[in-house]
Amino acid sequence: MTLADIKRGNNFRVKNIPDDMIRIQTLRMGISEGSKLNCNEKIPGGPIIVKHNYQEIAIGRNLAEDIEIELYTEGSD
Amino acid sequence: MECCQKLEQLDIDPSKEKIVLVGNPNVGKSIFFNFFTDTYVSVSNYPGTTLDISSGNYEDYIVLDTPGVYGVSSFNDEEKVARDIILSGDIIINIVDAVHLERDLFLTQQLIDMGKKVIVGLNMMDEAEKRGLNIDIDKLEERLGVKVIPTIAIKKKGLKKLADNIDKAQQGKISLKDDIKEKLDSLENEINNRADSLLILEEDKNVAAVHNKKVFELREEIYQQRRKRVNNIVEEIITKEEENSSIGDKIGSMLLRPITGIPILLIILYALYQFIGVFVAQTLVGITEEMIMIETYQPFIINLVSNFIAPESLIGKILIGEFGVLTMTVTYILGLLLPLVAGFYFFLAILEDSGYMPRIAALVDRGLNYIGLNGRAIIPMLLGFGCVTMATVTTRLLGSKREKIIAIFLLGLAIPCSAQLGVIAGLIAPLGLDYFIIYVVTIFAVYAVTGTFLNKVLPGESTDLLIDLPPIRMPEIKNVLQKTYLKSKYFIFEAGPIFALGAVGITLMKEFRILDWIKEMVAPLVVGWLQLPKDATEAFIMGIIRRDFGAAGLSSLALTNDQTLVALIVLTLFVPCIAAMLVMIKEQGIKQAAMVWIGSWVAAFTVGGLVALFI
Repeated sequence: MTLADIKRGNNFRVKNIPDDMIRIQTLRMGISEGSKLNCNEKIPGGPIIVKHNYQEIAIGRNLAEDIEIELYTEGSD
Repeated sequence: MECCQKLEQLDIDPSKEKIVLVGNPNVGKSIFFNFFTDTYVSVSNYPGTTLDISSGNYEDYIVLDTPGVYGVSSFNDEEKVARDIILSGDIIINIVDAVHLERDLFLTQQLIDMGKKVIVGLNMMDEAEKRGLNIDIDKLEERLGVKVIPTIAIKKKGLKKLADNIDKAQQGKISLKDDIKEKLDSLENEINNRADSLLILEEDKNVAAVHNKKVFELREEIYQQRRKRVNNIVEEIITKEEENSSIGDKIGSMLLRPITGIPILLIILYALYQFIGVFVAQTLVGITEEMIMIETYQPFIINLVSNFIAPESLIGKILIGEFGVLTMTVTYILGLLLPLVAGFYFFLAILEDSGYMPRIAALVDRGLNYIGLNGRAIIPMLLGFGCVTMATVTTRLLGSKREKIIAIFLLGLAIPCSAQLGVIAGLIAPLGLDYFIIYVVTIFAVYAVTGTFLNKVLPGESTDLLIDLPPIRMPEIKNVLQKTYLKSKYFIFEAGPIFALGAVGITLMKEFRILDWIKEMVAPLVVGWLQLPKDATEAFIMGIIRRDFGAAGLSSLALTNDQTLVALIVLTLFVPCIAAMLVMIKEQGIKQAAMVWIGSWVAAFTVGGLVALFI
């Protein structure tokens, strides 16, 4: 699934960020492939807000559609 | 070296050691800067950008501030400027936000990898504590290999200790694995500069070009290694007591959730309208433009200049005539634009420093996507309601050339600036609500249709929104005022000469009857197609000079309600004022600017005529 399919409150793991420049930028902000994040807000038709600890990042919907993720439940690993 | 040539233009004594303050955006860096340089601060524009760099003295050092960045590279102007200053620095004070260590330590580790002498100010310790975060500072020091001083800058805690430890700044432990380290060492041997070598490995083309080197394609690998190390460090040093969300977090999520966020946004926009549109544009400008400039300054300067130059001569007209450089231009810039622009920048600085701006960008992202922009474009669009000239300069922050073209086109076409809004509001209010609605819907439709059209026909792709949402915080008033002052000053210096040039152009066009000629050419269109009296042409032509002149010119004509509406629509869509045009030429080149200009003529008359047909 992609980040665009997420629901508010879901925990997920980033599997693949295909765009080179985006991968570089998210690396700097603290997100990389394998990061475990939480979807803090999903603005209808708009950006997905992901959260890691106290860090929040807004990701445009188009971009979210390109980012592959998988859901996980807290405590499963 | 390129960076040092630019730094020389900043007028900085090269013999002194330089302390450079570095940090992510919104980490409270400016408080540190003010602490170190209390007495004398100089602010200069960094060549080739809209950015200002503050510098000052502390003991025998020069202290330089840098724009907030997430890393040292060259993705945008802020980063390029920060990079150049960091490269020139002898000691780096790196301010990090204790609540966002994962993000902030990436920059710290990069500075350390560059081989710079670093000391870390671990700021916002109070917020970390409130959130139940325990940070093992000794361990952090040990892992980074540099001194870490905990601070609460806003309460001035720890600043003195940081200052006392400046001479303990040292090189730290790097994050790179052996194979990359070998490459770094060998490049360093060649060009004799550790920091530059690292940036060349990290694919920084500008730095590579300075040394006549090709970039290494190692950025991602290096970033991965750095990220991994930072994550490990953070995991080791932080223990969480309990998940505690602060009041700022709660407000932050309310502002984002559409059901609460959109009403709040509307309230804020209404407050902006009350502040700029009513208080500044009417009350304050009434004093600055009418009383100070027109009634006091203008008679004085006309009197003074008349002693030396005949007011009826061409030079006289250029200087003190109806559109004179010393009369109208000065009045317009200082009496009208300065209060409006400063008011806008003040409001914007509050939105930025409180952390609200990126949330607005997230909320409106979807709407702006339709017209090929992303949420960040809300900044120039909002500014456009203040002054289109100012907003056009701000389009530099957009991610691609395509987005800049769309934004500039829409600004030039469909966003009425505050100078004009006041007059339009005055003319449309007596007509009643139905006319007001037709006006707003028409302008909005033109905006949306034009944006959608440009988005379809322009080649390439627009960039997507990807922004960090800083925590909601109380803005510091000193910071807000300083930003307002710097940006307003920059605007006046940037736009002032352009307005003067425009005024000279208008005087000449009037002197040589070019305006009359245009009027005659357009008149049949105005009378036949728009169904307006011939004299309305005068108002449109005046709009070329100043948008509000045009609107004001209408009030002296006897128009029916329908005619007023058509005239206002045409005037709003009509060409941007001459200063905005000149800035567009400067930003986008003559071809783009000509397209905006011609497009505005076509759109204004087509839409105006259609409305005239249907009402």
